[in-house]
Amino acid sequence: MLRQVSQSAASSAIAVEAVDLVKEFDGTRAVDGVSLSVPAGSIYGLLGPNGAGKTTALRMLIGIIDPSSGSRRVLGRDRPLEAATEVGYLPEERGLYPSMHARDAIAFMGALRGLPLQEGRRRADALLDEHKLGDWARKPIRSLSKGMAQTVQLLGTIIHKPRLIVLDEPFAGLDAINQARLEELIRREARAGVTIIFSTHVIAHAERLCEQVAIIAKGKVAFDGGVDEARSRLRPIVRLGTRASDGPWRSAIPANARRDGSEWVFELPEGGPEPLLKALIDGGAGIETLAIERPGLHDAFVAIAGDAAAAAMGQDKSQ
Amino acid sequence: MIRFLRSAMVIARRDFTATVLSKAFIFFLLAPLFPLLMGGVFGGIGARVATQAQRPVVAVVASREDFAPIAAARSNLAQATSDDAVVRLVNYQPGPDLAVQQKRLLASRNPPIQAVLRASTGDFQLAGDVHKGDATDRQLRLILHNAGAAESAAPPLEVESIKTSSPGSLVKDRAITAQIGQMLLFFLTILLSGMLLSQLIEEKSNKIIEVIAAAVPIDALFVGKLFAMLAASVLGIFVWLSAGALLIQFIKQGGVQTLPPPAVGWPGFLLLSVVYFAMNYMLLGAAFLTIGAQASTVREVQTMSMPITFGQVLIFGFASTVIGAPDSAEGIAAAVFPLSSPMAMLARAAEQPDWWPHLVAIAWQGLWVALILRTGAHMFRKTVLKSGPRTRWWKRRSVA
Repeated sequence: MLRQVSQSAASSAIAVEAVDLVKEFDGTRAVDGVSLSVPAGSIYGLLGPNGAGKTTALRMLIGIIDPSSGSRRVLGRDRPLEAATEVGYLPEERGLYPSMHARDAIAFMGALRGLPLQEGRRRADALLDEHKLGDWARKPIRSLSKGMAQTVQLLGTIIHKPRLIVLDEPFAGLDAINQARLEELIRREARAGVTIIFSTHVIAHAERLCEQVAIIAKGKVAFDGGVDEARSRLRPIVRLGTRASDGPWRSAIPANARRDGSEWVFELPEGGPEPLLKALIDGGAGIETLAIERPGLHDAFVAIAGDAAAAAMGQDKSQ
Repeated sequence: MIRFLRSAMVIARRDFTATVLSKAFIFFLLAPLFPLLMGGVFGGIGARVATQAQRPVVAVVASREDFAPIAAARSNLAQATSDDAVVRLVNYQPGPDLAVQQKRLLASRNPPIQAVLRASTGDFQLAGDVHKGDATDRQLRLILHNAGAAESAAPPLEVESIKTSSPGSLVKDRAITAQIGQMLLFFLTILLSGMLLSQLIEEKSNKIIEVIAAAVPIDALFVGKLFAMLAASVLGIFVWLSAGALLIQFIKQGGVQTLPPPAVGWPGFLLLSVVYFAMNYMLLGAAFLTIGAQASTVREVQTMSMPITFGQVLIFGFASTVIGAPDSAEGIAAAVFPLSSPMAMLARAAEQPDWWPHLVAIAWQGLWVALILRTGAHMFRKTVLKSGPRTRWWKRRSVA
């Protein structure tokens, strides 16, 4: 029997909760039992390779599509569309009316979420000025560059001051400057107490922005937790340069250690750095360089998503 | 419900503004010139057919003995020319009060009587929708002359022109009004349905549909789109009607007052025209939105357009069967079938004075608009947004 989303999601602690979300398209399971819990006021990253099911999961969460099975609760409501006035959504495939003026496009998106048009236009002017697009406020969308149009759509997503912002691949198609601006905008909204969920397959953004992430692979959640927790799934990497090419010290490094130029690269053994260091010195390694690197989110992502994908593929084969 | 209406209003306002403020709207306003031209040509042909089917008759109030030579003379004339070309005569036995009988006959609908000819031993009086020297008058003179030629010279014929329209000519005129009304309804709807389809495709190709679907219920999107186009078209109709009335005022002596009044009267007919146009548009528009929502490219829409247009022509043809026979089986069927109902009922409004069938029909059509819209929104969610669990119809039945 399906487990229902707990009523606790109605409390302010959890902004979005999903339990066992499944979505099938013509017999293909795009999302396969996704469960996640997004704390209110957090920046939550949905990471996964292309085709992992991130967009489908987001579309279910905000109510564009209904799940084949499972349940979700958004800002205390079982039907996400009932919370539409408090949600902002930027889809992966951007869409604006080409003949609409920039300020009207922003105000229209606000009006869809219950913001009066006049107020929407007033806020749009202010936001466009703030983002150095004031001169383009009364120009049709078709005359804007792609980056400008994306900014306009993003402003339309936040015009009504939502409590929850859902961004699907928001950095796609933006240049470095606009990516930095978007990151700053996300941080600012989060500081104001807004919950932000965004999907990406570029891990660097999530690493800089997110407190919590879910890694999705093959439609399943392979990991859900803090960024540090994800990193801690991998052991630190040791990079060692020695004067001696051989000797008793070799027994201190793992058998699967690999050579990278003049250095040995291997995972930090169970005992930690101190016993390793002692064994190397006592074994006459003649340490030239020694670095212990903490794995990045990217390494964790590759390890987690790769494992899950491999496991899923293994299941497919066995069926 | 308030949120639903507000959402629909936002969509409708955007679409209405985008439509009316576009350059294409000028072409939209000019568009009726072409179908009107075609309508004039085909309407002329249709009117001729209607004239033949509903050709009014002249009632001859005379004894059998007095009518016999007249009927023979008419028959001779018809043989010399053609039966259709000669005025039809129907014999009525003289009643006790000839004036009352004449009044009753002129009010008759079945058959529609254009004029009454009182014939009594060489004394003839003609009254009704006739004028001295018109075709009916001339034909009757000839018939009476031929009838009396064997016995004496042509008898004198007294003609009394009565100003009021007799039901005979009124029936004919109302049939034309019904036909023109149906034709306008048909062309307007076909024009707007195409625009509606194109708009939906534009939205889908712009990907804005994703933004809208995330913010408002799909039903509100459908309703908003329908009402926007309805409002734009009502604006167009207002312009066209005003232009048409001005044109008639200029080119026709006596202006719009001289147009044949529909059975429910002009104000009622115009009101019903607007209501039936709205219903026809929403019924077909909702159906087209549902179909159009399944298409993803302009090419697909074009492919779909042809069978849709054929379907509309068929429905129009079906609704046309009402003209002249609103109470026939076909007429009632056309009034009941939801997609032809508005056109059929508009024709009825031109020909029959009763109001209650219209109230029933409007409620019936409204029900179908709601049903088609719900189905359309459901299909859109299922097939375009791919939303919801997969439920087979046999499973649904077993659950029910």
